[in-house]
Amino acid sequence: MKFRHALVLAGLAAVLLYAVGHLPGRGDPSAPAHRRTSPAGTPGAGTYYLEHALEDAATPNVVTVVLADYRSVDTLGETLVVFTGGIACLLILRRRS
Amino acid sequence: MIENLQGHYAYYFLAILTVIGFYGMLAKRNLVKKLIGMTILQSSIILFWLVGAYKRRGSVPILDERLGTADPGLYVNPLPHTLMLTAIVVAVVTLGVAFALLIAIHRSYDTLDEEELLERMR
Amino acid sequence: MRETSRSLVVVLAARGLAPVIQLFALYVVFHGHYSPGGGFQGGVLLAAAFVLVRLAGGYETGRHQITRRAGPLLGAAGVLLFAAVGAAAFLTGGNLLDHGRVPVPGFAPAELRSVMILVIEVGVAIAVAAVLTAIYDELLGSEDDD
Repeated sequence: MKFRHALVLAGLAAVLLYAVGHLPGRGDPSAPAHRRTSPAGTPGAGTYYLEHALEDAATPNVVTVVLADYRSVDTLGETLVVFTGGIACLLILRRRS
Repeated sequence: MIENLQGHYAYYFLAILTVIGFYGMLAKRNLVKKLIGMTILQSSIILFWLVGAYKRRGSVPILDERLGTADPGLYVNPLPHTLMLTAIVVAVVTLGVAFALLIAIHRSYDTLDEEELLERMR
Repeated sequence: MRETSRSLVVVLAARGLAPVIQLFALYVVFHGHYSPGGGFQGGVLLAAAFVLVRLAGGYETGRHQITRRAGPLLGAAGVLLFAAVGAAAFLTGGNLLDHGRVPVPGFAPAELRSVMILVIEVGVAIAVAAVLTAIYDELLGSEDDD
């Protein structure tokens, strides 16, 4: 390990440990991720999903509803990424004859 | 100090895990070891999101008749779980593509040592 | 392909485990509405079963489950199933992937969304399982191409 590598890693560790120590505690119910509204005052997306998933899609598993209904365009793109990765693998390793 | 450690020990652990992943990507010469470092880095990011999504006394985001839908505060936020679900699969596929590239490199150069590869590509 | 010695223990363990894993994968996919699970997780489990058989018995055994040629085709079929659900709503006047507008008679919009979520999950599971098996085949597979 070269000296500059150690320097970069020590700097990264210092920044990360300092930043992480000021996050809301683990499991704190008043953390911004768990509040009803975002810090700007708009209603949070997670709260909307939990309140409306059952009436919108008749499915109790909210993660499934978010994945395949509310954010389905994201999932479509992601499935395309998986497919593209597979095709890329094939094209890289197929022997060119 | 002790209180901070109690609430944040998972975050401190994950910060160290991130640095370990970066160490693997930065300092190791073998490309496969670099890839292992990348996987550790991805795992640390995913775990970071999942730790952030944990809420004390929060149920899993599967609506339960006994808890009802009136109070969303009883469930944890479903969004981080959804995002990390997709991230895990993408991580696996990027790993597959990276291994394919490594195999192609090894076929052409018969080595996976970074310095030697840079020397021979010059 | 290099001739590898096959351990009896490994073959027997794979023979016992693979069907259980496949059944559990189907459970995870189709019970994803009511318990943790869904297309990605089920697809990865299915791929794990396929790869387990290939690891234990080689490609000669694994080809009876899913052949090398079928991997990319099934992956494309899964993605197309997903895209077809989106296009069905899109072409009949709704937004892309607005499952409530898919033209299937006899369902309330909420129920239709639930059914279409299941169709999408099945598509994702097929794509993920096929692509992961194809990646394994390409990385470690034999030289002969069939």
